[in-house]
Amino acid sequence: MTAGLYGSYGGRYVPETLVPALDELEAGWDEAQADPAFGAELEAVGATFAGRPTPLMLAERFAPPRRIYLKREDLLHTGAHKLNNAIGQAVLARRLGKHRIVAETGAGQHGVATATVCARFGLECVVYMGSEDMRRQRPNVERMGLLGAEVRPVEFGTRTLKEATSEAIRDWLTNVETTYYLLGSCVGPHPYPAIVRELQAVIGREAREQILAAKGRLPEVAVACVGGGSNAIGLFAGFLDDAGVRLLGVEAAGAASLGGGRTGVLHGARSSLLADADGQVLDAHSISAGLDYPGVGPEHAFLRDSGRAEYVSATDDEATAAFRRLAETEGIIPALEPAHALARAAELDAQLILVCLSGRGDKDLAEVLGR
Amino acid sequence: MRDEREGGHRAKRLAIFLVCGPETPELASAAVAGGADLVELGFPFSDPLAEGPVVRIASEAALARGMRTAACLECLAATRARVDVPLVPMTYASLLEAYGYERFAAAARAAGASSLIVVDLPIDVHPELRRIQLVAPTTPSERIRLAGERTDGWLYLVSVTGTTGARDSLSSRLPELVERARAVTDTPLHAGFGISTPEQAAAAARLADGIVVGSRAVEVAESSGAEGLRAYVASLRRAIDGQTAGTALRE
Repeated sequence: MTAGLYGSYGGRYVPETLVPALDELEAGWDEAQADPAFGAELEAVGATFAGRPTPLMLAERFAPPRRIYLKREDLLHTGAHKLNNAIGQAVLARRLGKHRIVAETGAGQHGVATATVCARFGLECVVYMGSEDMRRQRPNVERMGLLGAEVRPVEFGTRTLKEATSEAIRDWLTNVETTYYLLGSCVGPHPYPAIVRELQAVIGREAREQILAAKGRLPEVAVACVGGGSNAIGLFAGFLDDAGVRLLGVEAAGAASLGGGRTGVLHGARSSLLADADGQVLDAHSISAGLDYPGVGPEHAFLRDSGRAEYVSATDDEATAAFRRLAETEGIIPALEPAHALARAAELDAQLILVCLSGRGDKDLAEVLGR
Repeated sequence: MRDEREGGHRAKRLAIFLVCGPETPELASAAVAGGADLVELGFPFSDPLAEGPVVRIASEAALARGMRTAACLECLAATRARVDVPLVPMTYASLLEAYGYERFAAAARAAGASSLIVVDLPIDVHPELRRIQLVAPTTPSERIRLAGERTDGWLYLVSVTGTTGARDSLSSRLPELVERARAVTDTPLHAGFGISTPEQAAAAARLADGIVVGSRAVEVAESSGAEGLRAYVASLRRAIDGQTAGTALRE
């Protein structure tokens, strides 16, 4: 097995039952990639439904004298970058003839994005969500309901994203011949990390063009928050070959699977995890439901080891402070997830900084105001 | 006892799955007394993708009681001291990543294991690790052939698409899976997942060379202890032996 490896990370660690489905997915993805009609459809849906390209904005008052450019994925339809991936995979599911979609969600952003594209394309949608996250992210649960999705609470273990992901995979395992698993981050067995990365790479491609147009040069640092790591890998993808651009991922301090993890296997891939010495996965803890995940995409583990990207963390308090500061200085209420990236960006020793503002913060008001 | 079965007409093998815990040696002994030919010992993992609710909850409980890899290996050795049937640890890759694949296999052998099952290692991942391979109704015949070549002694037929746990009826897909497997491999076939009643056991044993019963055995052990487990396993044994003899045996 050499496909789907990032160094020694990634791969396929799944029950044999799923291997043919992953083969089918990989073949379908390769065909779609080679088909100009697929790219054209994504572009058209992106432009007319999602709101692409998203703007790049200079935030002058947030952390002067630094010039921080925000890639405004918060302005995407449904309020987060998750829609990029959901659209691409829904179109792929349709090409594969699958009309039932299952997904996991943490903060609810991927669940909402999936419910949205299922409504748009007429697909049946089941979303698994931890009951603790359903409590924290009530508005997103209600959105999914309005969009016609069935939200199934996951009532065991941590009752958060980790368990919701396991349960979505178990549903897929059971209904594998009729169901498409629309995984929301660059995690999971091959080819998911590659698919999600490619579908999110639009962030980095656009941002690179936009900052060149605006400043005539590349940023010194590109910063993004990392839970599973999909907005970060999408942003980084645009700059991986630009050796002069530092790539900085910011994890939640209580969910630092790259900063404090060890190698293990979770949800079908070998990667860096919060795990104990016996390989048992530990609970993550973050104010941000979207970063509250003990694993991370295998490509991030590889980028960390190779030194191409660096990974640091921000605490709940630091993220909350950045959340408030962006609202007060720039008129933008960010999601708590990218607030982690903003917290570290604000103290970087650099002048020209690019930050992926991966989502908007309406969903987090209760959490922040309740502190 | 084991040799007698293998040599005689009672060739249908009965495997019982238990999750490692302090009571497991006694439970395994009861299962063997009831007629089990093989005991699978679950080394619990925090995120077991292929497990239904019963094994998942039992795994959580075992982990909460400290059943980490070292304790599970001790449990295996203690079970080995009490029974003489093959013992097969069944676990997930993350435990082997942490312990080392070769080191894990060697430690398990030293503690008395006769083989190993790793639920989330497909046939072509870590091919150097000698283990019992699993195939499912979705597995193409070509991969079943490969699994048959690589497997350690017998092939585990996952008779359903889905997780472990009792079902109302035996999977309708087992006959086709057995037929496809027979066409490409001579290795013995043991059917598992979704087999819980003596009737299902008999029906599965009519097709395969052996059966594996997990979730219901875990439940019975939990609710009725060693004696209850012995009686339950004996009911499975009678059902599949009656089957071999061509008699319909009812509980």
